[in-house]
Amino acid sequence: MPVWGKKVWLVILIKLFIMFAVLRIFFFPDLLRKNFDTDEERGEHVFDELIIKTDTDD
Amino acid sequence: MIENIDLSLVDWSRAQFALTAIYHWLFVPLTLGLSFILVIMETKYVRTGSEKWKKTTKFWMKLFGINFAIGVSTGLILEFEFGTNWSNYSWFVGDIFGAPLAVEGIMAFFLESTFIAVMFFGWDKVSKRFHLASTWLVAIGANLSALWILVANAWMENPVGMIFNPETARHEMLSFWEVLFNPVAMDKFFHTITSGFVLASLFVTGISAWFLIRNREKEMAIRSIKVATIFGTFASVVMIFTGDTSSRTIAKVQPVKFAAMEALYEGQTDAGLTVFGILTDKDGEGDLDEKNIIARIEIPGFLSVMTNGDRDSFVAGIKDLVKGNEEKGIMSASEKIERGKIARKMLLEYKEAKTQGDNERVYELKTRFEDSNFQEEYFRYFGYSYLNNPADIVPNVPLVFYSFHVMVALGFLFLLLQLLAWYFTANGSIGKRKVFQWMLLFSIPLPYLASVLGWLVTEMGRQPWIIQDRMPVGIAVSSLSASTVQTTFWLFAALFTALLVAEVSIMTRQIKNGPKIEEE
Repeated sequence: MPVWGKKVWLVILIKLFIMFAVLRIFFFPDLLRKNFDTDEERGEHVFDELIIKTDTDD
Repeated sequence: MIENIDLSLVDWSRAQFALTAIYHWLFVPLTLGLSFILVIMETKYVRTGSEKWKKTTKFWMKLFGINFAIGVSTGLILEFEFGTNWSNYSWFVGDIFGAPLAVEGIMAFFLESTFIAVMFFGWDKVSKRFHLASTWLVAIGANLSALWILVANAWMENPVGMIFNPETARHEMLSFWEVLFNPVAMDKFFHTITSGFVLASLFVTGISAWFLIRNREKEMAIRSIKVATIFGTFASVVMIFTGDTSSRTIAKVQPVKFAAMEALYEGQTDAGLTVFGILTDKDGEGDLDEKNIIARIEIPGFLSVMTNGDRDSFVAGIKDLVKGNEEKGIMSASEKIERGKIARKMLLEYKEAKTQGDNERVYELKTRFEDSNFQEEYFRYFGYSYLNNPADIVPNVPLVFYSFHVMVALGFLFLLLQLLAWYFTANGSIGKRKVFQWMLLFSIPLPYLASVLGWLVTEMGRQPWIIQDRMPVGIAVSSLSASTVQTTFWLFAALFTALLVAEVSIMTRQIKNGPKIEEE
């Protein structure tokens, strides 16, 4: 494999490691999945966000 | 209402999404276009058996590989952001967004990634025709990937083929085909991929011009320019045509964006097309005062003709869309706000009835939500219920106006450059035209600029909406602290800048090495 090919592979591996082993795990959880167990709870939460949290001057 | 949202959180979340999308988009269009240029070059090799075409194909394939490898997966970060920063949006949009992205992952991405291995490592391992078929499939797969992403994006611009379910607080897909063949999606797809084709052809001509300037690899450079300019000229024509059809669709489904693109404050019959204009926006976004336009050069009547095919037709201006125009049947933003509030009140009532166990009322309200008239007349304006001021529907007009006009001007410049390059190649003078060679070299960044400007028009032009008329951006964000988003913003800035530096340095090194070193 030529040198440039090795460099590209190195960049790919470092990038994927940072993306999936660092950013995804420590900084980008799926909030609704993490904080709620069922779809019903997730729906309730978003419902509250959409309707109640923002509904102060009606 | 909307003041309760942490605007610094919204702004940082938007900035982060913009940063990642712009960086991601630096890699994508070259992949879309260069893949088809490789197809043409390799087809020439298979048909003629000429080693020169093989060498040319392999050189450009090397640059394609560097760009693809460094850019691949960067788009996944946008999906991370949906789950973390935009969880309200991600839930509200339901399976509409998930379905095209899943199809993209299963079909197009696997098609692309499977055959890319054959394309790079299979030169001496598979037959010429099988290798060519792999290159074709990579090109088709890459462009199909773009289709599904753009379908999802188009739904945000023009939500179709779905119904809102108050039970789950999500949209549910009614017709996959309506989502797929959304007119915005079709226009966007063809305009986007052809802009990628143009970008790639200018990339190839620019680098080939560098070889001519350096008096190296002249034969390969001229051969490459020939392929790229013919491909690029046709792509430019289609790009301009699809840009026109896109604008007409926008005039129908996002009239405020269209009026902002033209800085058309007052609706007019016989409306002129602005060729050049200077605007000011002293009082910030949402200012409807027409004195903001300092100067304008226009082609009389042309905007009416281009929009509706009739010079006497009416084109709505920003003021008509904010204040309404009864004579022309345009509903005011105030009326839409009222309708949105009715829809939101009903949603609240539904929630209360459910909490109180009032099944009769729950059934009654659910039936109302399922009524297509209610969805069309009221729920489609749900997002307006969060707005305080009718003028909030107006995006930053100067930003949209300038981005659009610079993009259009660049589009025509690209066509001119390609035609000249085609002509000079055909008459055999391209190798002697040093000034033109420098022009081609320096034009390499311009289509990247045009591409980003196009996305600015698309995304900034539809503000304040994340989903047109249904959800403003401020409501879509998750309950996070702004500092968390700031941290990840800078992490992404560092990561993507490092990737871009790696791409540019590896690529420039390989360009300098030329095709000969590639054989090692």
